[in-house]
Amino acid sequence: MTTGQAERAAPLSPATGTGRTRLAALAQRHGAALVLVLVVLLGSLTFGSSFTGAGNLGAIALDASYLLLVATGMTFVILSGGIDLSVGSVLALSGVLAAYGSRWGTAGAVLLPLAVCGLIGLVNGLLIGRARLAPFVVTLATLLFARGLAFAVTQEGNQVYIIPADLALTRIGQANVLGVGVPVLIALAVFVAAGVVLNRTRFGLRVFAAGNGDGHAAELMGLPVARIRVRVYVLSSLLAGLAGVLIAAQTTSGLPTLGEGRELEAIAAVVIGGTLLTGGAGSLGGTLAGVLLLKVIQNLINQVGTLSSAYQQVVSGTFLVLVVLVQATLARRRRQ
Amino acid sequence: MNEPVCEAHAISKRFGGTLALDQVSLRLAAGEAHALVGENGAGKSTLIKVLTGVHRPDGGTVRHLGRPVSFSGPADAQDAGISSIYQEVELAPLLSVADNLFLGREPITRLGLLDRSRLRREATEVLARYGVTVDVRRPLGELGLGIRQMVAIARAVSARARLVIMDEPTSSLAPREADRLADVIEVLREQGIAILYVTHKLDEVFRVCQRVSVLRDGRLIHTGLLRETSRIGLVAAMLGRPVAEVRRHGVTSFGEAHEVGRAAPVLRAESLVREHALHGVSIEVRPGEVVGLAGLLGSGRSETARAVFGADPLDAGSVEVAGRARRRWNPAIAIRSGVCMVPEDRKAEGVVPGLSVRDNITLAALPRLTRGGLVSRRARDRVVDAFVRRLGIKASSPDQKVGELSGGNQQKVLLARMLCLHPKVLILDEPTRGIDIGAKAEIQALIDELAQEGLGVLLVAELEEIVEGADTVVVLRDGTAAGVLRGAEIGERRIMELIAAAGSDGSVGGRFDD
Repeated sequence: MTTGQAERAAPLSPATGTGRTRLAALAQRHGAALVLVLVVLLGSLTFGSSFTGAGNLGAIALDASYLLLVATGMTFVILSGGIDLSVGSVLALSGVLAAYGSRWGTAGAVLLPLAVCGLIGLVNGLLIGRARLAPFVVTLATLLFARGLAFAVTQEGNQVYIIPADLALTRIGQANVLGVGVPVLIALAVFVAAGVVLNRTRFGLRVFAAGNGDGHAAELMGLPVARIRVRVYVLSSLLAGLAGVLIAAQTTSGLPTLGEGRELEAIAAVVIGGTLLTGGAGSLGGTLAGVLLLKVIQNLINQVGTLSSAYQQVVSGTFLVLVVLVQATLARRRRQ
Repeated sequence: MNEPVCEAHAISKRFGGTLALDQVSLRLAAGEAHALVGENGAGKSTLIKVLTGVHRPDGGTVRHLGRPVSFSGPADAQDAGISSIYQEVELAPLLSVADNLFLGREPITRLGLLDRSRLRREATEVLARYGVTVDVRRPLGELGLGIRQMVAIARAVSARARLVIMDEPTSSLAPREADRLADVIEVLREQGIAILYVTHKLDEVFRVCQRVSVLRDGRLIHTGLLRETSRIGLVAAMLGRPVAEVRRHGVTSFGEAHEVGRAAPVLRAESLVREHALHGVSIEVRPGEVVGLAGLLGSGRSETARAVFGADPLDAGSVEVAGRARRRWNPAIAIRSGVCMVPEDRKAEGVVPGLSVRDNITLAALPRLTRGGLVSRRARDRVVDAFVRRLGIKASSPDQKVGELSGGNQQKVLLARMLCLHPKVLILDEPTRGIDIGAKAEIQALIDELAQEGLGVLLVAELEEIVEGADTVVVLRDGTAAGVLRGAEIGERRIMELIAAAGSDGSVGGRFDD
């Protein structure tokens, strides 16, 4: 028990962390960004302009922007100590409802899906926050519910609703500003706003607090934990819904099969970004790096003509395991 | 007495069939540290939970600052000025020190955003008042428990607490840190804050507090100024034993002392050390001897039993069985060497309620009843039948689920499970807790009988049981052996005197600073 002895002998000021612990902590916080830089460098050296070309980077950005929206919401949920498995289905339902609602113009195509998604998030939040059910089970149920509803609205996928090409929404979804797709700009704006909320408001700080030790500590500190939970699930569903609307706007239709597995991709991005899956610590910056990393790796593997795109998931999976391994090691060392 | 900050009047609280609190009244005065003591299940935590709004009392009233109150929960109580500090510091370990201090009333700028610089500045100022200088941006979990405790207190007090409830605040603190806590409590008292201090440590009670209340079985046994209370009187009140009364034989069924003779010890535990719990306890058990561990709750009784069994890792010390020292020691090795334990918490660590009596008894002995990977049914049934008969386990059949049996019979099933391993030493942690008188007598008689057959027994139990059943008593105080009594020396009075003897603060502290 050398550590215990040292702690006792030390005066009432903290023992400084060892160099290795510091390094590991740094690696956890900024590991994704670091690896992202390396992968991008590697990619541009290997593939040159077919990777660094504006067209390719724009495609990566567009693809990443939808995932970024979902992962941003997921970051809040995971930080608060929860998990939201429903986002992929909610995204699909939202796209379908956007296409369905486009008969009432852009307002219908935006408000209908967001209202429904917000409601699903509210149900998630109430069941988890107030009724204290397990997030895994509750959001698994809404995953099934939303996916089923998406299929029901489209008569099991037989009825495809098309968003009129002259609708403002379609034009926005397909527009470019200075070579950057509007969905990318929207996702970035949302991301920045979310960053302010998470890091600069009371609510944000309390999201972190709720994720420390099952929220029990937060409750004893007198924080409104249930209300915090409800809000993060509503936020998560709304952002998944927004991603669905934007995808629908870009593709001018809503597919009920969209976004399958998207929830796992989002969770992977959040965890790769250094947020603890058990909640309480992490950052949105990490999530951004995680999202970009996943998408860049995916793009690079597509560039290697001989590799099946399925390898993208093999690489992501490997990386995820490494990250979780580092996290577990850190957590264990911290506890000692 | 100063004006009361908080007053509980005739509080009663019932859980199912048991009365957890029975007409308990408590008066917590401004500037006074009030110790709340009592053994396990005495109702201390229930009382705290009533005061902080976690439980609603079935009877009685709580008056806070002169007004009757009924809090909806800890948050509500905190708003009214009642803060609690728990044994395991209940803060957010992954958040910074500053965040932890101000969570719930974070300073914000005019724009409604967090004012991080003010947060940091004020947090540093507040902590400096408690003699803590740390970088408040560091995650709380990286800091020592002493600092975390200080943060919790600073948090409670800066939330304008009028009453601070501390639930065993020093249980995981080093002596130096505990000293600092005592200083801080002094400061709080000067500010007119009332303190309710729950602890098992007598020394702390006398050093930190001015008044003491003793709970036992949900009733208030004693309340009074500490300077008018003797240590032995307090111990007697906590254990529920009249000081004068010293009996050797009573209602329980232990027999005469056993022929222990001079046989070599079958079990020898040397200088067991475990951080915050044991500071060098040594135990010897001879064949046929019942060694009792006596002491207050938290004195290290269960911890010693668990350490001897290898259930908790040791920081130092050794365990020797039948003269053979072991380098590695854990429950699996212990059982193989013939040391078995029936743990304190029957439900959590013992019986598998959904399995049958037969399966429960043979669970641990399965490897011995197995031939070529298959369990021999015949051998198993023979073992089960033998023990059901021998211990008088009352079950409709060996197939009955253990969860359906009474507490006493469950305990017998556990005993049988250990006995079919043919142990040399049996460790029993509170074997008769929560079972009815009849079953209690049966189990005590059984322990007696087993000892007569040559089994060494290490027994953790209530004082009365120890006095009547043990051949040797090791009295523990604050994780050290305060004395060893043998044969005719054993008596309640003598044991209580050893428990109550003033703790040798200095020597314990010295041990820590090594």
